Amino acid sequence: MKILVPVKRVVDYNVKVRVKADQTGVDLANVKMSMNPFDEIAVEEALKLKEAGKATEVVAVSAGPAACQETLRTALAMGADRAILVETDAELQPLAVAKLLKAVVQKESPQLVLAGKQAIDDDANQVGQMLAALLDWAQVTFASKIAADGGKLTVTREIDGGLETVEVALPAVLTADLRLNTPRYATLPNIMKAKKKPLDTLKPADLGVDVAPRLKTLKVAEPPKRKGGVMVKDVAELVAKLKSEAKVI
Amino acid sequence: MSALVIAEHDNARLKPGTSNAVTAAAKMGGDVHVLVAGQGCAGAAAEAAKLAGVSKVLVADAPHYAGALPENLAALVTPLAKGYSHVVAAASAVGKGFMPRVAALLDVAQVSEIVAVESPDTFVRPIYAGNAFATVQSPDAVKVVTVRATGFEEAAATGAAPVEAIAAGPDTGKAKLLGQELTKSARPELVAARRVVSGGRGLGSAENFRLVEALADKLGAAIGASRAAVDSGFVPNDCQVGQTGKIVAPELYIAVGISGAIQHLAGMKDSKVIVAINKDPEAPIFQVADYGLVGDLFQDVPELTAQL
Ligand SMILES: Cc1cc2nc3c(=O)[nH]c(=O)nc-3n(C[C@H](O)[C@H](O)[C@H](O)COP(=O)(O)OP(=O)(O)OC[C@H]3O[C@@H](n4cnc5c(N)ncnc54)[C@H](O)[C@@H]3O)c2cc1C
Ligand SMILES: Nc1ncnc2c1ncn2[C@@H]1O[C@H](COP(=O)(O)O)[C@@H](O)[C@H]1O
Repeated sequence: MKILVPVKRVVDYNVKVRVKADQTGVDLANVKMSMNPFDEIAVEEALKLKEAGKATEVVAVSAGPAACQETLRTALAMGADRAILVETDAELQPLAVAKLLKAVVQKESPQLVLAGKQAIDDDANQVGQMLAALLDWAQVTFASKIAADGGKLTVTREIDGGLETVEVALPAVLTADLRLNTPRYATLPNIMKAKKKPLDTLKPADLGVDVAPRLKTLKVAEPPKRKGGVMVKDVAELVAKLKSEAKVI
Repeated sequence: MSALVIAEHDNARLKPGTSNAVTAAAKMGGDVHVLVAGQGCAGAAAEAAKLAGVSKVLVADAPHYAGALPENLAALVTPLAKGYSHVVAAASAVGKGFMPRVAALLDVAQVSEIVAVESPDTFVRPIYAGNAFATVQSPDAVKVVTVRATGFEEAAATGAAPVEAIAAGPDTGKAKLLGQELTKSARPELVAARRVVSGGRGLGSAENFRLVEALADKLGAAIGASRAAVDSGFVPNDCQVGQTGKIVAPELYIAVGISGAIQHLAGMKDSKVIVAINKDPEAPIFQVADYGLVGDLFQDVPELTAQL
């Protein structure tokens, strides 16, 4: 089984982003960028499947500007075999990403696509599901446990009321949730090795995909601010305030 | 113009979220229809018919809708969607699963987790864990929109819409639901609760988490948790509040032993009144708390429970 892992370059999860004064977006100048945390989890799971002898090759793919090479090198340093960059400076929305990935899937013929459940910048939670639809494949989102057995996968997924277990036949698209695993760190020797691993670059036009955005962003604003609260000295004061001031108990 | 809201339900009852989605759909202009797809789902359909603003309920009753599998739901909804200007669902685990599929099959964008409707084609949605709010306009013929429940009131149960059976779509057979392990609790459901008490890593163990439970029970509150508390096994996964867990906005949110990481705040900072109990006066949770108490939770929480 060959696994394709889509990885997105996003603002590091520790950064608290600021909205630009002209409200056209958030300020990304000199901000630390990293691999989307859910995609690290997806890479880790693909590597585990390979180490368990269930997968033969792990190919990381990223769509975006040339800087996404860093993200792909991180995936390679973790252990992915090859990488593909679909290079474009255009704004990419989830539908466009799904179409690019579909084209890559048609070129590469993986049996499994293991994506993250959500990119922590756009918080869209769409690409995996859209890709599955475009390919007419099964999907399992929010995976927290994956068992591969021949051409079948048994996947535990996180749902609103608890957990459920779903069985799908390959090919399929899975999206990784937080508790699927804890991703490994790339070691220095592996970072060095990753520099020599193959990284191919394609353009959306090579794949015949129109990536023009659909949604128009009219403005990006600061969220409503909460007014600063008060500190209470003890439980008695807290209870008094909740009763007489906030009137919530 | 008309909107089709896809109901989420357990066949007998609607799940919280659907009625908020109806309120959002009503703001998009035009009629609101609700689709109930399930197996033996007449109870949920009857409840949907009562939601104010709904003019028709469509019911697709078939065994292959029992597990709300996204492949089957998308195959049903996509052809129906072409008759509507908007397709709307709650941004729940189910809605997040099948709605992007519908959008892709229609070749349109999806607008995820909106918190406001500016006009029939313009919506507001949080991005970057709620650190920014984007106003986006959709030019697509059918707008596929998921709705964050906390952004919209519940629709009142004052209506009486006609219920109409429709033909089921295909069973795609792509996935098989083997089973569900649902957390059973007598407490209110987290996303709909008026009061929530959440615990974090500071609790230290599943056993100590009983302190949070005792406080919640005294208040008739639901139980929430930080990711750290869930990952440490103190409580089940579905208690997680945050960017990647549940989004809640109760009247009262009490955070106990939670530091207040961006990802946690993303899920609770729209609560009406926030109380934080933490021994670290520098904890970021105090920046969003209306009432902050610096102290040892092992002393303060039992004391609070006793004083209520
Ligand atoms: C991609 C991604 C998604 C994430 N999604 C979420 C999410 O949805 N929800 C979420 O919550 N997190 C999420 N996180 C994790 C988040 O970044 C934090 O790690 C997490 O919220 C920390 O949980 P915590 O506050 O319980 O633990 P900590 O940060 O360790 O805080 C524990 C707090 O307890 C206090 N404490 C300890 N002992 C006591 C005591 N005796 N009395 C009083 N106070 C005490 C400490 O002072 C401290 O402030 C996500 C992270 C990533 C990378
Ligand atoms: N530009 C991209 N390049 C590669 N993968 C992506 C890209 N955007 C999104 N993805 C994948 O799709 C998942 C969900 O993203 P989203 O739907 O944008 O929240 C991510 O976790 C990635 O696995």
